[in-house]
Formats: sequence, C-alpha cells, structure tokens
Amino acid sequence: MAYVAVKGGETAIDAAHAWLNEERRGDASVPELSVAQIEGQLGRAVDRTMAEGSLYDRELAALAVKQTAGDLIEAIFLLRAYRTTLPRFGYSLPLETASMQIARRISAVFKDLPGGQVLGPTHDYTHRLLDFSLLDPGAAASAPRAEPDRSAMPRVPDILGQEGLMEADGEAAGEPGDLTREPLRFPAERDVRLQALARGDEGFVLGLGYSTQRGYGGTHPFAGEIRMGEVAVEILPPELGFAIDIGDIVLTECQMVNQFKGSKTAPPQFTRGYGLVFGFNERKAMSMALVDRAMRATELGEDVTAPAQNVEFVLYHSDNIEATGFVEHLKLPHYVDFQSELQNVRRMRAEQQRVVERKEAAE
Amino acid sequence: MTDTLTPGFADPVADAQACFRAVLDALAHPGRIRPVPPVEAPAPLCPAAAAVVLTLVDHETPLWVDPAAAAASGWITFHTGAATGEQARAAFAFALTLPDLALLPAGSDEAPDNSATVIVQVQSLERGARFELSGPGLRESAPLAVEGLPTDFADRWAANHALFPRGVDLLLCTGNQVAALPRSVTVRNA
Amino acid sequence: MTAETADPDPARRRWMSVLARAGAAEIEAGLAMCGPLPPHTVIRGPEGGLVMVRGRIGGGGGPFNLGEMTVTRCTVRTADGRVGHAYVAGRDARQAELAALTDALMQHPDWTDRLERTVVGPLAAVQEAAKADRAAKAAGTKVQFFAMQTTR
Repeated sequence: MAYVAVKGGETAIDAAHAWLNEERRGDASVPELSVAQIEGQLGRAVDRTMAEGSLYDRELAALAVKQTAGDLIEAIFLLRAYRTTLPRFGYSLPLETASMQIARRISAVFKDLPGGQVLGPTHDYTHRLLDFSLLDPGAAASAPRAEPDRSAMPRVPDILGQEGLMEADGEAAGEPGDLTREPLRFPAERDVRLQALARGDEGFVLGLGYSTQRGYGGTHPFAGEIRMGEVAVEILPPELGFAIDIGDIVLTECQMVNQFKGSKTAPPQFTRGYGLVFGFNERKAMSMALVDRAMRATELGEDVTAPAQNVEFVLYHSDNIEATGFVEHLKLPHYVDFQSELQNVRRMRAEQQRVVERKEAAE
Repeated sequence: MTDTLTPGFADPVADAQACFRAVLDALAHPGRIRPVPPVEAPAPLCPAAAAVVLTLVDHETPLWVDPAAAAASGWITFHTGAATGEQARAAFAFALTLPDLALLPAGSDEAPDNSATVIVQVQSLERGARFELSGPGLRESAPLAVEGLPTDFADRWAANHALFPRGVDLLLCTGNQVAALPRSVTVRNA
Repeated sequence: MTAETADPDPARRRWMSVLARAGAAEIEAGLAMCGPLPPHTVIRGPEGGLVMVRGRIGGGGGPFNLGEMTVTRCTVRTADGRVGHAYVAGRDARQAELAALTDALMQHPDWTDRLERTVVGPLAAVQEAAKADRAAKAAGTKVQFFAMQTTR
C-alpha cells in the first residue's frame, strides 16, 4: 500500500471541524446537553463506552459521548486514547463479585435460589412500546422500597459446586497476560481471552454468541446466574503495606452453564462460560460468557469447527477500534495504488481487445 | 519508612521532561555532560541519580538497587512504584559502584531493547580516570573523566560493547550532572 | 476484603475507604468545622493515573485484567511528621489531597475524635444510608413466587 502526501486540505479540514462542532450542538434554540445529563440519563451508552473503552470513569465516558454526538465507537476511541496519557499506579486485587451489592440478580436454572430473584432496573418485562409521555418533561420517577432480608446471595456455581456437579473455577496460574502491554500471541490463554472479550465490540460478541446458539459450535447453554451491582475495588499500595478500598464500580457478571458429557480426564458435569463487564450491560456479559465457553473447545476436548470456537478469529476481530481503523483507513488517499490498478485494467482490456480483433481477422 | 519521605520533582511533568531530554542528549552524544533539574535526593543518592531514577523508572520497569543504596529504596519505590527485585530481570539498575555488567539483562538479538539501563553514581565527571570515547554519535573521539569507576573499567566495557546489538547502557551521575555510555560506544584508557 | 492476611489497621482502612467515596466538597465542609488545620506539605501528587482492575476467571478463579479505572493519589505530611495517603477513584485532585490530609490528621490522637465526629462519621453515615436505600430498592424488585406456590 502506498499513500501520497498531499497538501492543501487545511482550510477544508478546518471548515469540516467547524461544521462538525455546529452539528454536534444542533439547534441553538434547544438547551445544550450537559455531561452530567448524559452521565445520569444515558447511562447505558456511558456503560458501553467505559466497557469497550476499557476505562472506568463515568464522567469521561459521558464527555466522550457528548463530544462524538453519540457515535459510541468514536467515543470508545477517545477513551482508549486518553488512557494512554496516564501512568498506571498498579493493579487491583482480584474483584470479589460474590460480595457485590446486588441491584439485580437472576438465575434461569433455580427458581428458589438462596437470596432470591432480584429483578433490578430491567427492560425485560416492558412491552417495548414507545412511551409518548416522555416527549414532554415529566416528574422524577421513584421506585418503591422494601425491607432487605439480608440473606446471603451465594453464587450459583457455588451452589452446584457443593454437589460436585459444577467444574471448579480453577487455580491462579501466575501473573495474568495484559493485552495493553504485550501483543496478542497464540495460543492465547483464558485470562487474555476474557480481557479481549470484556473490551470487545458488543455487536461482534453478541453475533458470535448467537451463532453458538444456532448450531455453530454450540453446546446447550443456561443462564446460571446474572448479577449486577457495585463491587468495591481494593489496591495494595506498597507504601502502606495493606489493602485499601479506592471506591466502587458497577459490574455485570454472567455465569453461563453448559452440560458436558465428560472426557478421559473429567467426569460428566456442568462447565461454564464466564462474562464480566464494566457497567450495566447484560447483553454483553451473556454474549461474552457464550463465546468464552465456545473458545474453551480445545481445552475440553471438543472439535473446533465454528467461528466462535476459533480463538484467533475471535480475538483478531473483536476489537472495534482496531476494526474501525482498518476498515476506515480505506478512506485515505490511495491515489497511486489506484493509478497502477487503472493501468493494469487498461492493459488487460487492450490485450483482450487485440485477441478479439485477431480472431475476427482470422475468420 | 514513611516518616523519612521527601518530595520528588517540584514540577513532576516539566522536570521529568527536562531530565528525559538531558538523558537523551547524553546518550546521543556519549561523554557530553548534561545538567538535570534539581531534586531533594534522599541519602545516599546524589540529585542527578535521584532525578534520573524518577524520570526513567516506573511501576512497569523492574529495578535492581545496589544493597549499598538500600536506604533510598523506600523513597524510590514510593515515587516510582517500581518493584525492586533481582538483578537478572532488571530493566534498570541503580548502584553506587559499577556492578558486574554481565549479571544484568543484555537483551536478545531479536529484542536488544530488553536489556538493562545501568545508573551508576560516581564521585566526579571532571576529575579521575581519563577515557577516550569513539563510535556512533561522535565525529571525533571525545574525552571523558570519571572518578569512581573500577580501574579495569575499559576492559569491562569492552566485554559489554562486544555483545552489540545486545548489551547494557550506562548512565553516570554525579551532583546534578549526567553523562552516558550507550552500548555502541568504544571506551579506551587515555 | 483480603482474608489471607490479618487486618493490620482496621480503623485506618475504614476511614480511608470512607474518604475514597466522599466528594471533595463534603470532606471540605467537615474539615471546616474543625477550626484551623495544621499546615501540611504535599510529598507526592495529587496526581492522576490508572489502576488495572482485575476480575477472577469464572468469578472465583485466577486473575485476569478486566480494564482500567481512573484513580487520583496524594501523599501529604503534617508539621508533626505524620504522613497521610490517599488513593481515590476518579479524577478529583482536591478530594485526594483532602483525603490524604484527613488520613494524616486521623493518625494523631488530638485529632482522631474530632475528625471522626465532623468528617469521617457523618460521611460514613451518608454512605451507609445511600447503600441501604439501594438495597431497599433492590429488595422492592425481589420476586415473591406466591402464585406459583399456590397453584403447584
């Protein structure tokens, strides 16, 4: 590929940026959106931007959504770029999602699970009818409160695990890999695969997860548990020598349970796919869990036949910033490339013409 | 440890940038002595060594600290976040006397950058043993005087230089000055 | 919480965790009620950075890198030599410095009770109330399977 340095676009580019700013602001007679409004009222857009931007900061994500006029991949790009300007102070201790302050927690496999089914702020039971009352500003909505019963909410895998029917979580195998520090290498272990999925494009991961359900490498999945809520983040600063809380983050976690016939080394049991994402994003957490399970095919002695089981295929195409960069680079000037192609096609056309003419002359 | 803590750079961003520039100049022009921004250095570090450590070392660069400089480890860890550990894995090494360079990572032919940068605190860059430097970055050979390197330094350096493109790079610090010997430079006793 | 190691300083961990979740204005308002504060020197920061948040494979297994979060940290020393640290989620430099100062003062016997009354205690109460309110909202959406039980 070759690019030509061309000058002369500066004025046009400046004007394009000015128009972009005008477009973003929209009709000046309508009040401007504040970042706080986006943070508070477009929470799911903020959540997705944080998850795929791989940076938990609600205000920055809301700012990115505002700046990009709601183009979420562009917003994700801004967060990814911003994070490269900051030093890394360290790593958190592994999160304890078991001690999450639950806002939502459901299981599709146990109706009467300990701690109960907590629906939280879900769209699940809405009728998907447009609510025309929202066309006009209304009074603040208020949710009913009830006395919490304070019963424990054990993780579903721990409930089945007691019977020995659920595979264990496995032990830590040293320092986990980090895609933001080392380039992707294959075979990629599960720690790196989960990191890639957690920041992967929601649409891509959803499509792949769906493909496993439609028979492309599928096993029969059950949503063992989905939980959403706040989890405390702890770090261990060396100057203190003990762990401290630095705040809470909202997470969505999904345990997808699959029947497993067993192998030479493992008895018949349930295996799991795991999903964990920043913010409230159940669709992403569930899709991630499906694809995580599909990518464990080799480990579990299953044939690798479908796209979702192909680790290289999934990991090389899940990142929407890489993907958009490569797709959209086609907009860049390819004048020289195209000139040579043009000459090629003209030459081939001329040759073909000569062959036809010679044939006609011979007849 | 915490009650002996002193601040790092007065202006962390600008001072670190100025110090980085000084180190860059020093490496690009072996033997050239560059001043670095001041810093209140904890004993036994000289200000230049403290500044260079603050500038180059961070949480993701394993650091080996000469046991003789252990008194400053707390300060270094606090300001840089670097894990101090074994010599064989160090991205940076800090020492009060020249360590055995062969014990530090020299990188590989595929990744010669996976090698250590050695920061050595010396007594002077004006007095002491005289060396003549030649190699990339030097049109003519350049002089360098160092007090505080071992007497067989030129031989030790030759062994490191022979590994090129592998090998370690050396930063010499004293007072508020830094000079550098990249692995590409040849050092002769003058 | 880390179960493996005995908790060396539970009281300090508690106030640091409360300060990490409090806004700069809230901490400032509490400190303002304590009268003049001793002078302090900033030793490090306040500076913004990142912490890589780690999850566990399967929820309970080995660690993996989930994504980063913004964090601001600050370290101060008061005139009597006490060092206070703060690491707080987000990008509020003022919050980090005030949290570090409060951490330093809280270690001083003359200040502990006063600051507990005016800063840490009230902030903890506000945070507990907000947490309880979220728990009450969640409890409001807990499914009670009455119909299922009677028709079964």
